[in-house]
Amino acid sequence: MMEILEILLSESFWTASLRIATPLIFGVLGALICEKSGVLNLGIEGIFVAGAMSGWLAVWLGAGLWGGIVVAALAGAFFGLIHAILTVPLGLSQHVSGLGVTLFATSLSYFSYRTALPDVSSPPRIEPFRPLDVPLLSDIPFLGTVLFEQTALTWLAIVMVFFVWYVLERTPLGVAIKAVGDNPASVDAQGLSVYALRIGAVVTGSALMALGGAFLTMSAFDAFFFGMVNGRGWICIALVIFASWRPGKALFGAILFGAFDALQVRLQTEVGAMIPSQAFLAAPYVLSILALVIAARRAEYPRALLIPWFKGQR
Amino acid sequence: MQTQTVLSLNGLTKSFGTVSAVKDVSLDLKQGEVLALLGENGAGKTTLMNMLFGHYLPDQGSVEVSTVDDQMSPLPLGDPQAAITAGIGMVHQHFTLAENLTAFDNITLGAEPIFSFKRHKAKAEKKINDLMQKSGLVAPLDVPISALTVGERQRIEILKALYREARILVLDEPTAVLTPQEADTLFENIRSMTAAGLSVIFISHKLREVLAFSNRIIVLRHGEKVGELATKAADEGKITKLMVGTEASENKRSPAKPGAPVLTLESLCVACPSRRNSLKNVNLCVHASEIVGIAGISGNGQSTLAELVSGMTKPDSGKIILDGAEIEANEPRTMIEAGVGRIPEDRHKDGIIGHMSVAENLVLENCEDPAFQQRSILDWSAIRRRAEALCAQYDVRGPGIDAPAKLLSGGNIQKLILARVFESNPRLILANQPTRGLDMGAASSVAERLLSARENGAGVLLISEDLDELLSLSDRILVMRDGALTETASFERNAIGLLMAGDAA
Amino acid sequence: MIRIEPRTDGARHLTYGIPILSAMIALALAAIPLVLSGAPLGQAYYELFKGVFGSRFAFSEMLTRATPLIFTGLAAAIAFRARLWNIGAEGQLYLGALAAVSVGTGVFDLPAYMLIPLILFSGCFAGALGMAVPAYFKTRFGADEVVTTLLLNFIILIFVQFMLEGPLKDPMGLGWPQSSPILDQGMLPKLMERMRIHWGFVIAIVIALVAQFMLSRSTWGFRLRAVGENASAARHAGIKVRYTLMSAALISGALAGLAGVSEVAGLKGYLTSDLSPGFGYTGIVVAMLAGLSPAGVVVAALFIASVFVGADSMSRAVGVSSYLADLVVSTALLCVLLGGFLARFKVVRVKSARSLQP
Repeated sequence: MMEILEILLSESFWTASLRIATPLIFGVLGALICEKSGVLNLGIEGIFVAGAMSGWLAVWLGAGLWGGIVVAALAGAFFGLIHAILTVPLGLSQHVSGLGVTLFATSLSYFSYRTALPDVSSPPRIEPFRPLDVPLLSDIPFLGTVLFEQTALTWLAIVMVFFVWYVLERTPLGVAIKAVGDNPASVDAQGLSVYALRIGAVVTGSALMALGGAFLTMSAFDAFFFGMVNGRGWICIALVIFASWRPGKALFGAILFGAFDALQVRLQTEVGAMIPSQAFLAAPYVLSILALVIAARRAEYPRALLIPWFKGQR
Repeated sequence: MQTQTVLSLNGLTKSFGTVSAVKDVSLDLKQGEVLALLGENGAGKTTLMNMLFGHYLPDQGSVEVSTVDDQMSPLPLGDPQAAITAGIGMVHQHFTLAENLTAFDNITLGAEPIFSFKRHKAKAEKKINDLMQKSGLVAPLDVPISALTVGERQRIEILKALYREARILVLDEPTAVLTPQEADTLFENIRSMTAAGLSVIFISHKLREVLAFSNRIIVLRHGEKVGELATKAADEGKITKLMVGTEASENKRSPAKPGAPVLTLESLCVACPSRRNSLKNVNLCVHASEIVGIAGISGNGQSTLAELVSGMTKPDSGKIILDGAEIEANEPRTMIEAGVGRIPEDRHKDGIIGHMSVAENLVLENCEDPAFQQRSILDWSAIRRRAEALCAQYDVRGPGIDAPAKLLSGGNIQKLILARVFESNPRLILANQPTRGLDMGAASSVAERLLSARENGAGVLLISEDLDELLSLSDRILVMRDGALTETASFERNAIGLLMAGDAA
Repeated sequence: MIRIEPRTDGARHLTYGIPILSAMIALALAAIPLVLSGAPLGQAYYELFKGVFGSRFAFSEMLTRATPLIFTGLAAAIAFRARLWNIGAEGQLYLGALAAVSVGTGVFDLPAYMLIPLILFSGCFAGALGMAVPAYFKTRFGADEVVTTLLLNFIILIFVQFMLEGPLKDPMGLGWPQSSPILDQGMLPKLMERMRIHWGFVIAIVIALVAQFMLSRSTWGFRLRAVGENASAARHAGIKVRYTLMSAALISGALAGLAGVSEVAGLKGYLTSDLSPGFGYTGIVVAMLAGLSPAGVVVAALFIASVFVGADSMSRAVGVSSYLADLVVSTALLCVLLGGFLARFKVVRVKSARSLQP
């Protein structure tokens, strides 16, 4: 018991938690924006892969780190646009389209990677984002270390939480996005375009998801591996429901999740002999399912989620 | 009257596939007048107004609206935003409100520049409060729509239009969800608004309110304009003749001779998320050869009562007795087997499976019947034979028994459901809003079927929001309000209206 | 200006035409990445074709590859017909395989006519169990089955790795994480001499035909379709929705489990944690290409298996990454989705709004 307490009080534990949480924060925010507008985006897993691959490849080709981030976001937006066109104006099954986008984005990323680097057995490394070292602030005990041992991307993720919250709660655009996810007719009757709002939300959300992928290759690691996304996208879909579609709760959920993940890695070294290592590996997925089962009953889905809307048909 | 024309529709025409919904309709609207657009269901009233508001693109015709300096200028069609800018506001029959947002958000939605980073709440609030004061339409602004009553939601809808500086207001069946008393208040508000210069088109199929509140009446039938007259010069007989083509005939019915009780509900309670919709200690008895009507404003527990009798909801307490036997497990299957025929309120959602064929929909409730299957393998030839016979007998018209049921018109879908219900010779028929959205022909065939079932000894529980329908069909009427039932002493419209509203005074 | 209108003519020819056209378009679109990666286009397509039809062996390899895809395609088709989004065929496949090696590697030393049915049954049971859990979470707690089945895939794969490094590890396996081989009499017999094609293929075809018959002719299939098309109306008509969903879930899971059995007991002989290169996910594409019809699943599985097998040999010949096959498969899914739209709606050209004005 003491060991756990010790872990929970250590700076390195919380630093790791926040780092693990970062891609999830991007992913959950992206999924949240899509779903608030009424579109489920199961393309998330593939968009993570595409963001991870394209961002990393761009940096490797010399685009610079922020250039890589832009490329990743554009890649995410591109796949989001495919999903948006299929599901919004054409009103096709959001489930199938999303899975299709995941398969398409994943295979295109893998194919491009193999085509760009046909003969390498271990991927070339890039110089990833460095932790921000803000003078003075980084010297604050505990909090300073936890917050300022992070890279700029983690900071971007946290800023995005506030930004998304502000847009949804405090601006006309946010009101319109929430309205279109509840009753598209309300938006149409007021002369706004349902299609433009939904397509915009899906494209923006997908760009954010891709940043989650980019974090993996440009901050958490320094190279691209097959299978490195490993279900993080699906975990985000579960976390959105757990967070009841609220940006603040999404941040909390992602950090909680990161903390559990960081804890299991540390526990593994403590009690690894007694419990097989696979139990720890499976923990994030089991936790996600549990979170879903607990949250599902009281979840208030956006009323128009999954329901296509056609102009002039009411 | 030499007032300014504010709107003119010229030769609007619209067809859906091969069905022509509106044919060459023209009309003018003068400033400050209330124009009633009258016609039975399916006459094209709503389609016409949806073209005006840009929801549908007309096949032919044009629209002109007066500008601020009283010039008439053409309105770009198929563009709601253009209609709003031109000062046209529409209140739909089905409210277009986002229920997760507050009234304030709904009113200002789309009125602010969408990409602005701040909202000017105080200014907007002041404008809305001024509008509320001027028009008399008062509703709470800071509460989510989901917490408001139907009447309040309607006021918000009108405020939405006024907030966008509407000079022309279109109201689609505004009183369908209101008590007679609430409707009167609404029309008083409209009067005071027209006095201030607003012009109103209101769509209705209720003669009474049209005669009482409009200045001019235009009658549509089968998508065509068949009459236009000043309200002063109109009377019920004249208008009915225009609407239906012939004088409406009275339903011929025999005096009631109720038999033994078929359905008895004893102190039933059902809790649902909405308190108003929960059933509170409901007692009810439907006898054989009797039609019992349930009146009430929608959302007062009628749908819960219907769900209970169709087996979709289980009671929290109380007894359901059918033909003297208490129903233990309240499931759709047990109710079907106990001889309850159910005509659901939402026929597209609960009545048919759109992607399955007409024949399949006809055996939906009895695919286990030995006549249609042997050892769990369906006998398609028997199923299709029966479908052919039923479609002929119940006059279900469409592209054939193998076509998906969703291709049928609303009236034919209802006939399909009637065929399924009456073919099983039910002891009790639950008819929930059986004529909603049907044209007069289909509606009268529903009424005939219900009356003949009564002749044959079935009990009928008829739930309807259409008071005229209840008055013409029922042997007894009970009013449902706030989840409780009250028996009416008389068939007097005003008395029933007061019970619906819940005012003893 | 264009407008979208629902089709009122049945458009039956489109039901068959669209999947075929989608498949062809996806194949044709593969030219773009081929050109971009600098491969000789004509030769690439020739190698792809030759890789499937070039020899008896090549063709039998394609049939071998199609076998698990028929099973997982059927698993997806039956679940999707009931609007139950079972995306967990990948995991259920591994559960089936795990069950097969649990009972088939020597615990029960039975003759073939008893051991083979036991292995098949255990695989079905394990797969069904794998789908029963998310189906229960859905009907009991309302937890979205898409996410739970997807996440279960990861959990199950980790569980398989654990079993292969622990309890089921082959003591003779030179330390590799793999199971002991299935007993000889437990293996599904080969169909042809010197080929890898096995009886699993025949079982798959038979099950597809039975499923086709059951869906269109039995009361169970009738109820399943009713629940899938409109659960609310089905419940109103007295059909037990939960019960029907659960039956679809169990059958879907069992079929996915059979895919694993067939790979282990028909082809590989032992279980490793890379048994399936995503057969479960590809099964979704197979089912969608087949328009969720079990008979169509067979055809779609043959097509997709051809793409994979052909792309493998093309990859070797012209040096293009074999991920091209995945690219073709996912493009086919997006094409067939788009085609499904064209089958249900028609896009009509209408006069522009402005030209209507006088």
